[in-house]
Amino acid sequence: MRLLYFASIREKIGISEEEHDLPSGVSNVSGLIDWLKSQGEEYAEALADQMVVKVAVNQEYVSVEHPISSNDEIAFFPPVTGG
Amino acid sequence: MIRVQLEDFDIGLELKKLSSGNLGIGGISSFVGLVRDFVGVEKIKGMTLEYYPGMTEKALTAIEGEAHKRWALESTLIIHRYGSLKPGDQIVLVCASSAHRKSAIEACHFLIDWLKTKAPFWKCEELPNGSEWVKARDLDIEQTMKWTTRD
Repeated sequence: MRLLYFASIREKIGISEEEHDLPSGVSNVSGLIDWLKSQGEEYAEALADQMVVKVAVNQEYVSVEHPISSNDEIAFFPPVTGG
Repeated sequence: MIRVQLEDFDIGLELKKLSSGNLGIGGISSFVGLVRDFVGVEKIKGMTLEYYPGMTEKALTAIEGEAHKRWALESTLIIHRYGSLKPGDQIVLVCASSAHRKSAIEACHFLIDWLKTKAPFWKCEELPNGSEWVKARDLDIEQTMKWTTRD
């Protein structure tokens, strides 16, 4: 799976994207967030507040219950502020 | 039509192109967003706009499609810039044309309200004491809800 990070979340994690195999036991967005939080202090901090972390799977907004698979593009970002 | 671009845009030219060759258009409504030089009591020196290539274009196309479903429009245009911008710079242009003004004005208002809460763009402001990511405003979310609850 391809993981993308934007804006303040990208800055906190320190990278804009990375490739990972789907971790065993992880089947949805919520599980992936929990797994990422265990990957380091910077991930734990960037994804700490689930209210301000928005997620898109294959470029569509999804809820944390959304299922994920190994070929997905999964993006994490704060609430949008364009316009 | 939607465009996400680094460069500036010419409002006059874009409005002309939007109606060119279509004599059924009775009016065009437009909104132009600019970079302000203040937030609260603080001065803004500039800002950087980040977006999500691929998803942003999809989201803008979906917002445009929604406007065409709700109003009888002849054409619409959304241009949104990214990259480094200075106070006074143009950020966004939203236009809607229709046979009659009511549809054009309402659709233009709808497009900018929806864009603000649904299109993946993020502003980082350069303040006197460093850079700060802009926080989403509850007011923007309320403005979007208005279009959801009215029908």
